[in-house]
Amino acid sequence: MSAAAFTTVIGLEVHVQLKTRTKLFCRCSTQFGAPPNTQTCEVCLGLPGSLPVMNRRAVELALRAAVALHCDIPTLTKWDRKNYYYPDLPKGYQISQYDLPLSRDGYLDLPDPQGAGTPRRVRILRAHLEEDAGKSMHDEVAGHADSRIDLNRAGTPLLEIVTQPDLRSPTEARFFLNELKLLLSYLDVSDCNMQEGSLRVDANVNLHLDTPRGRVATPIVEIKNMNSFRAVERALAYEAQRQGDEWRTTGRTLGEVPKQTRGWDDQAQVTRGQRHKEESSDYRYFPEPDLVPVTVRPEEVAAVRAALTALPATRRAQLVAHHGLDPYDADVLVNQGPALVDYFEQTVACGADARRASNWLQQDVLRTLNERGLTIQQLPVPAAGLAELLRSVAAGELETTRARQVFQRMVETGATVAAARQALGIVQVASEDLLELCRTLLAEHPHIVRDVRGGKTQALGALIGKARQRNPNVDPARVKAICSELIAAADTP
Amino acid sequence: MSLTRQDVEKVSLLARLQLPPAQLDAMTVHLARIVAYVEQLQELDTRDVPPLAHALDLENVLADDTLAPSLDREEALRNAPKRDVECYRVPAVLGGDF
Repeated sequence: MSAAAFTTVIGLEVHVQLKTRTKLFCRCSTQFGAPPNTQTCEVCLGLPGSLPVMNRRAVELALRAAVALHCDIPTLTKWDRKNYYYPDLPKGYQISQYDLPLSRDGYLDLPDPQGAGTPRRVRILRAHLEEDAGKSMHDEVAGHADSRIDLNRAGTPLLEIVTQPDLRSPTEARFFLNELKLLLSYLDVSDCNMQEGSLRVDANVNLHLDTPRGRVATPIVEIKNMNSFRAVERALAYEAQRQGDEWRTTGRTLGEVPKQTRGWDDQAQVTRGQRHKEESSDYRYFPEPDLVPVTVRPEEVAAVRAALTALPATRRAQLVAHHGLDPYDADVLVNQGPALVDYFEQTVACGADARRASNWLQQDVLRTLNERGLTIQQLPVPAAGLAELLRSVAAGELETTRARQVFQRMVETGATVAAARQALGIVQVASEDLLELCRTLLAEHPHIVRDVRGGKTQALGALIGKARQRNPNVDPARVKAICSELIAAADTP
Repeated sequence: MSLTRQDVEKVSLLARLQLPPAQLDAMTVHLARIVAYVEQLQELDTRDVPPLAHALDLENVLADDTLAPSLDREEALRNAPKRDVECYRVPAVLGGDF
């Protein structure tokens, strides 16, 4: 960019679908993937005479998320109508929250990616509960110029989480989204699945530039239509560059042009101008007369707080403090979700070494889950089984390569450690047999013995290979140790 | 507060009403009268009156998160001006200028 120093200023609006069975104001299903227009009723279609009734579970989940985001929870919250016309909005207004949202003024701490230092605090402006719109699909088949509307999603409960403009780079925005998604999945309030639309992100961005005439800001742009966290990062990086270029060309600053909405085109990797953003007054917000307010007593907030399970930041700290993992490994495990951390802790509780368990989870277990499309709960190997296997490795009864084979067998057949070992013909080689094998090999390969005597101890590697050809059950470390001893003993006069 | 013709034009656009010029003039007068009528409320001293979120003296009307049957699709789509087997059909939505 030009000589002017600049700061990228980013705020995010995140919509997450809450994990309810039914919609926010009616009892139609929220199940994803149903045939179009099979999950609607008078209420979510906005038919005359129908009345919305607030979903208790949605309020509970929204409160849980708001409390975990350290928000203030006012004692009274109400809903408002946000009026606009769009074919996927059957009532002509969205029931949302305007001046008395369910929560405000919270924060989320981002762990320092280096694992040290102070966390980065991102303030949350508000988190409120509102309904989703339907889905429109453009139909270009057979020359149709129509859009098709599916209203299954209309009325689905959403928590809209709005940050202060505290983020300072596209990468930091991605970190924030990862951490928020992780928090929400630990809270079990949302599936946070971007492909299914249960998490959507809009980003507001502009640049603050230091110029000889002082500090100026470029016009704020809202970016929509980003379908992954990587896309958010790329769209923000593109937009920062574009705004810098535009500012140098036009010199236009904040307030001189209306706020603009731009859509991210993932194919072309550019943002494209959409409509000018309407003013808040254009939405003609007014209190929803069909819904009465919800009150939340301080004791209820305290109960929600007390019932929060251990959240990502806490669990990272516990893995480091209680199990001696380094921050990087703790982060990798915690990022896999609470069930995997539980599995890790059970494995350790069953006597496995924590570091070894952490390594196995990050490598063999995660690879297996990915390859087979399983969750940790679906893994056929219980934590106790993995612990038993890792104890055998630690005790020197099984070397790692063989242990991996045993693990795969356990995954494939659901067998116990003992049954899997037996099925693979893995038995511990008796000491006398191992000694005999080593003697034979040394006698057969005098040149290796000479090399070792000459100081080339790495020549023993060839012997280990030969030992394993004769008997796959031998422990390479023991073969190496015994052969070294035998050679040394022969040297001794 | 006075209401201008431009105000009424803007509100009618937001409400998706297309008013011929003569009606726009008439509506400006009518609406101004309505607004002035409601504006009388400003004369009241409400300093000690707590804000009211709802006219009904009720709160926490909540329903359990329990499934109930939805409408049959045929029934849901019955009154659509244009439809196909699965969906409502509307004029193409492309970006959509406000």
